[in-house]
Amino acid sequence: MKLKENISKYIFLTLAFSSISALALITVFIIINGVPIIAEVGIINFIFGMSWAPSHGEYGIFPMIIGSVTVTLGAAVLGVPIGVCCAIFLTEFAPPTLSKLFRPAIQLLAGIPSVVYGFWGLLFIVPFIRNFFGGPGLSILAGSVILAIMVLPTVISITEVSILALPKQYREGALALGMTHWQTIRSVILPSAKSGIVAAVILGIGRAIGETMAVIMVLGNAVAVPESILDPVRTLTTNIGIEMGYASGTHRQALFATGIVLFIIIMVLNATAQYITRKKK
Amino acid sequence: MSEHVKIKIEDLNIFFEKKQVVHGLTLDVRANEILSIFGPAGSGITTLLRSLNRLNELIPTSRIEGSILLDDKSIYDSDVSLTELRRKVGMVFDVPTPLPMSIFDNIAYGPRLKGEKNRKVLGEIVEKALQEAALWDEVKNRLKASALSLSGGQQQRLCIARVLALDPDVILLDRPCSGLDPISTSKIEDSLTQLKDRFTIILAPHNTQQAGRVSNRVAFMLMGELIEEGFSDDVFYNPKDHRTNDYITGRFG
Amino acid sequence: MRINPKVSEKIAKVLIWAAALFVLTVLFAIIIYILYKGLPMINWSFLTEIPRNMGRDGGIASAIVGTLLVTTVALVLAVPFGIGTAFYLAEYTREGIVRRIIRFSAESLAGIPSIVYGLFGFIFFVMYLNLGWSVLSGGLTLAVMILPTVIRTSEEAIRAVPDSYREVSFSLGGTKWQTIIKAVFPSAIQGISNGIILGIGRCVAETAAVMLTAGGALRMASSLFSPTRTMAVHFYILAREGISMNNAYGTAALLIILIFIINVVANALVNRFTAKNK
Repeated sequence: MKLKENISKYIFLTLAFSSISALALITVFIIINGVPIIAEVGIINFIFGMSWAPSHGEYGIFPMIIGSVTVTLGAAVLGVPIGVCCAIFLTEFAPPTLSKLFRPAIQLLAGIPSVVYGFWGLLFIVPFIRNFFGGPGLSILAGSVILAIMVLPTVISITEVSILALPKQYREGALALGMTHWQTIRSVILPSAKSGIVAAVILGIGRAIGETMAVIMVLGNAVAVPESILDPVRTLTTNIGIEMGYASGTHRQALFATGIVLFIIIMVLNATAQYITRKKK
Repeated sequence: MSEHVKIKIEDLNIFFEKKQVVHGLTLDVRANEILSIFGPAGSGITTLLRSLNRLNELIPTSRIEGSILLDDKSIYDSDVSLTELRRKVGMVFDVPTPLPMSIFDNIAYGPRLKGEKNRKVLGEIVEKALQEAALWDEVKNRLKASALSLSGGQQQRLCIARVLALDPDVILLDRPCSGLDPISTSKIEDSLTQLKDRFTIILAPHNTQQAGRVSNRVAFMLMGELIEEGFSDDVFYNPKDHRTNDYITGRFG
Repeated sequence: MRINPKVSEKIAKVLIWAAALFVLTVLFAIIIYILYKGLPMINWSFLTEIPRNMGRDGGIASAIVGTLLVTTVALVLAVPFGIGTAFYLAEYTREGIVRRIIRFSAESLAGIPSIVYGLFGFIFFVMYLNLGWSVLSGGLTLAVMILPTVIRTSEEAIRAVPDSYREVSFSLGGTKWQTIIKAVFPSAIQGISNGIILGIGRCVAETAAVMLTAGGALRMASSLFSPTRTMAVHFYILAREGISMNNAYGTAALLIILIFIINVVANALVNRFTAKNK
């Protein structure tokens, strides 16, 4: 009996240890493969370098950082208000039949392969932008629109959870004071659920910054600092996606170094989101 | 009730981290009696009960001093099998805790852990246990139904039956009727009085009336200390300690 | 000037309804368009024939098989390791700094872009372990990718099992192992399978990580070491290179149907779980 107990414990321990080593391995491998080129080029030149020309040994990812940041910000500006409104709709206004339709729909939205979004964007969003706003259509704006749709499930579900987690008394207390439904939402519910909403936004941003295949199809992928939101850009992720297939030597290392930058961005975003949600408890 | 001492507790101290919950408690429990240990909430009664089947050890910060003998053998000896001890000293918790499985599987849970696989034997054990807990007639036609579909009182009798299925020596009941209606309570009390012929029962009643109704002997605990013990009538009508008197006459607590 | 509360209530309500209906419309626009274009393409030969002429003609049988193989390899690895890790974390460790670090790592790794997993899989499985572009490399990469999700959802499901179940099991003479297997696991199984289904969905939908590790071969995979392409990769290549829009639509429609089925199964599981606990 005792023996069996110990064996089972060590099986669990072994499984846990292997999983965690596998996850540690990723971190280590990405770092080992990326750090040498950063050291060679210099961290400042790598991050703030304006020129990415692997054939000439020039590795500056600043245009890509600008690309990632602008596309993601655009996605946040478009997606967050809509997402938060949807969450309010679901928790406060939706008739039961509609919310029964809405939740699975959001789930489906989350499950659709990102390439399908990209393709749809290429067919509809890109021509729309070209015809109505000018420019090539393949642009920051197109990427932002697609990503705004893609971050909706994250923003909606986390916001919804944080609103639903509020004690019922908040709402009842406010209504008892004679507030209208909207006043209650605006002055009681949203402020109390603020930390959850902020976490939702941060995690949504994380998802947007990490997305590759959808934006690869609609961004135009030019390595240049954009002048307007109608210009094409390349992001950190699409840079890896486009060039990984044929890169070798220092070029490949530079892509790994791009991976490190992404890794750090996601870590920081996650830590912030966790810090905010924990502080509330 | 016999004169044989089933459980002998001597100078028992229990701590959680630095906080002492039970203070130097000495108490004999005789075979085939119902002993009620009562007192205000936070008196350490639950902790005391949970030390008798070493369930406190699930809380890593708990620490124990003193000795507890079951049939003259220390339950803290290194050669004592924890699983056998817990089968011998069964426990019913204050809230009904059916596992999320069928009525049959709930009762058969303990015997199956012991290694019993024979369906027929299990069936007999389940029927006998349910009959002893006065639940058989109500559930015999739906043994496959989820235990969660039973009412609160039925669930608690199910929990008693589940302990009986292990054929224990001692049954610990920690405020088993605290959330139940009077009818369910009286059903459980009836079956307890039937059961004491075969088992030793230690009960933490949810009020002094229950202690008076069902027990042979009672013990009064206050802030982790044993204040007084004796036959029910003696303690209730002639308490030796003024604190006991204060408590049963409702002057505090 | 203060707006009359009744008016602002009306405006807010309209805006919120508009946002919700807008989202629903966009979703249905995407799905209906793909299905409208794609469903007519799906027939028996589309499902059973191998792509010919770079995918311009023929069906997508090898991509379907590739998807199944890669996903299966990923699950066979990620499920036992993920669940085992979750049990170890939830049942054998105490709340403390180590557990916090592990949980933070799992959470962060769940958020790492899939392209970074692709990078890792390429350099480690394809190059370093010399597995080449293969079903195995792709499956291993996806396994690592969904591992954090499986660990997290399983651990949450295990920790949601009330402590009283464990106490009851121990008090009835159960050992720790018996308690985990007979009392905790059955109560957590629905939550755990929900996490696994989420993982399946991610495997099926993943493109970037698979493309870098399983390659893009159109042939039917004959072993774990053959290169293959999955449906998502096939769709991407067809659409991006403009090889065959019709076959691209057909593949996308099939993918959406597959994801829809996976979601329905997951919801049915969750509903059964909540119904049972009432």
